[in-house]
Amino acid sequence: MLRFILTRASLVIPTFLGVTFLSFLLIRLVPGDPIEVRVGERGIPPERLAQLRHEMGLDQPMWKQFADYIGNVLSGDLGTSIVTQNPVLDEFFTLFPATVELGLAAMVFAVLAGLPAGIIAAVKRGSWFDHGVMGLSLTGYSMPIFWWGLLLILFFSVQLGLTPVSGRLDLLYYVEPVTGFMLVDTWLSGEKGAFASALRHLVLPAIVLGTIPLAVIARMTRSAMLEVLGEDYIRTGRAKGLSEGRVIGLHALRNALIPVVTVIGLQVGTLLGGAILTETIFSWPGVGKWLVESINRRDYPALQGGVLLIATTVMTVNLLVDLLYGVLNPRIRHAR
Amino acid sequence: MPLLDIQNLSVEFTTRAGTFRAVDGIDLAVDEGEVVGIVGESGSGKSVTSLAVMGLIPSPGRVVADRLSFAGRDLRALSASQRRKITGKDVAMVFQEPMTSLNPCFTVGFQIMETLKVHEGLSGKALKRRTIELLEQVGIPAPESRLSAFPHQLSGGMNQRVMIAIAIACNPRLLIADEPTTALDVTIQKQIIDLLVQLQKDRGMALILITHDMGVVAETAHRVIVMYAGQKVEERRARDLFERPQHPYTGALLDALPERALGKRRLPTIPGVVPGIGDRPRGCLFNPRCRFARQDCLDLRPPLFPDPEGQARCYYPLGGDMWGAPE
Ligand SMILES: Nc1ncnc2c1ncn2[C@@H]1O[C@H](COP(=O)(O)OP(=O)(O)OP(=O)(O)O)[C@@H](O)[C@H]1O
Ligand SMILES: [Mg+2]
Repeated sequence: MLRFILTRASLVIPTFLGVTFLSFLLIRLVPGDPIEVRVGERGIPPERLAQLRHEMGLDQPMWKQFADYIGNVLSGDLGTSIVTQNPVLDEFFTLFPATVELGLAAMVFAVLAGLPAGIIAAVKRGSWFDHGVMGLSLTGYSMPIFWWGLLLILFFSVQLGLTPVSGRLDLLYYVEPVTGFMLVDTWLSGEKGAFASALRHLVLPAIVLGTIPLAVIARMTRSAMLEVLGEDYIRTGRAKGLSEGRVIGLHALRNALIPVVTVIGLQVGTLLGGAILTETIFSWPGVGKWLVESINRRDYPALQGGVLLIATTVMTVNLLVDLLYGVLNPRIRHAR
Repeated sequence: MPLLDIQNLSVEFTTRAGTFRAVDGIDLAVDEGEVVGIVGESGSGKSVTSLAVMGLIPSPGRVVADRLSFAGRDLRALSASQRRKITGKDVAMVFQEPMTSLNPCFTVGFQIMETLKVHEGLSGKALKRRTIELLEQVGIPAPESRLSAFPHQLSGGMNQRVMIAIAIACNPRLLIADEPTTALDVTIQKQIIDLLVQLQKDRGMALILITHDMGVVAETAHRVIVMYAGQKVEERRARDLFERPQHPYTGALLDALPERALGKRRLPTIPGVVPGIGDRPRGCLFNPRCRFARQDCLDLRPPLFPDPEGQARCYYPLGGDMWGAPE
């Protein structure tokens, strides 16, 4: 077990370097540097421009800038935002709970809908339900998030007026951020209607963000269940006189969950990627929207730091999923 | 009245190539406390027959029978949940592959206790005590410590013992063992058969023992049914079958026994294979492989002919006109 963790941990370093290098490089490939973007059309005397660049170290050769950045990161310093002058780490962690809340809500939606859909589709293989689930999940998987989000806003928010268009909470309410999770904070605040408002704000973005994971989970559950349902021990379960509910819901599902959990874990990466678009559509004040803004402002430190921290999150979650895989699968648990 | 009484049982599967009768008009009666052997090559329908008795034929498969009763109850008339009260309790089954027949995600203890909980409503200390007792009865050493073992931590032989423990947990009146030793080492095979026979004797339960192994049948069964291509081709008391087989197929199976081939340089085998879905011949199903086939055998499908000791599906039985030729 320890060896397994060490092996995994040793992979973290090259991944970090790669991610840092790519974000460092790509943001610099976008035309215009932070200063040009800030002064915009007005222009600025060339001497002043050169001076500002020098202050920010942007006149240094690229490799030198990269080496300095890596050095700072290794000593725990992600730098300060060029725009706000706040430490990148602080900005990230102020906004991160909003993204986590959205991601968790999306995942809960995806699992609660995808797991049963996949199970029923497998049990009723070849039925209209099965074809329906497979067709819808293919649609869901191939749907552009932007388009899907706007469609839902048009229908539920604009047409039916059921949900708000943007943000996390009505402006009527003010709640003290305690955990950063709006659902929890509004609940704790005890303010009437605040929780319901937070929930209404969350529903639509969560559905939009959860659609792709939902499709993936439904398909994966179905195929894992189909495989498991043909196993000998399922026949044994029936030969013992167990009810169909127990045979499918316990004996089959328990085995099918092993690959499904892995897939759910891998969806965390997809989810954080999707959060960038979803947060932008719904003006959700999380790290996704913040990253897009950082790109627009060429806020190099903010973008690089943000990408690095998100990569860390994804890697941590994947490691946890691998550990969970061992817990779920007795054959692996004992092999190590 | 026999404990298990089956008349004219057929099981059909619909495949892309058409409808396939895996079991074709089988009669099978098993008395309380009786050991019945079913033998036949791979694909002759032994497993499908036993799964039909258990009510475990997978769903597009069709089961029809003139009579399908257990302990006087018509199994066809029962609802699914009524039938589950019998399956696993009064009729239990042990399968061929012990390594895959147990659920890899649950402990051995859990899988035994589950049966006891569902059928006997046991719980707590009584449940645990009974489970340990069962493990002892099937010859598993240090039973207490095995409760928390997972199937992959046990050998094939041990897993088969666990399967047997599950099967006998609720004192079944009929145990079906479908090639319980085929997947095991030769040394373990004998132990498992001995265990089954001993449990059968101790408990007086009926046992259907399905096997390829004529030797095992000779040692254990009271009565033997020989199956070929979904049909019963011969049935008689074990001793009679071994001394006076009537069907050429039975004769060939017996000739293939090592102890009968003493002095011969190599073991006789039966050329060819059991006909499958697309290649069932006209006439007697065994005729392409039969040394004695005549014109009748190629044209006409023989029924089961009764004789004083049993029945055989053959126009020209090995005993000839021992009992006077069938008309
Ligand atoms: N679910 C199914 N669908 C279609 N055909 C089936 C199915 N189950 C069994 N069969 C066919 O029925 C025939 C009899 O199979 P069965 O498993 O009963 O043979 P067997 O006598 O038990 O052989 P073995 O000694 O190999 O276990 C085979 O030709 C098999 O292919
Ligand atoms: Mg079989």
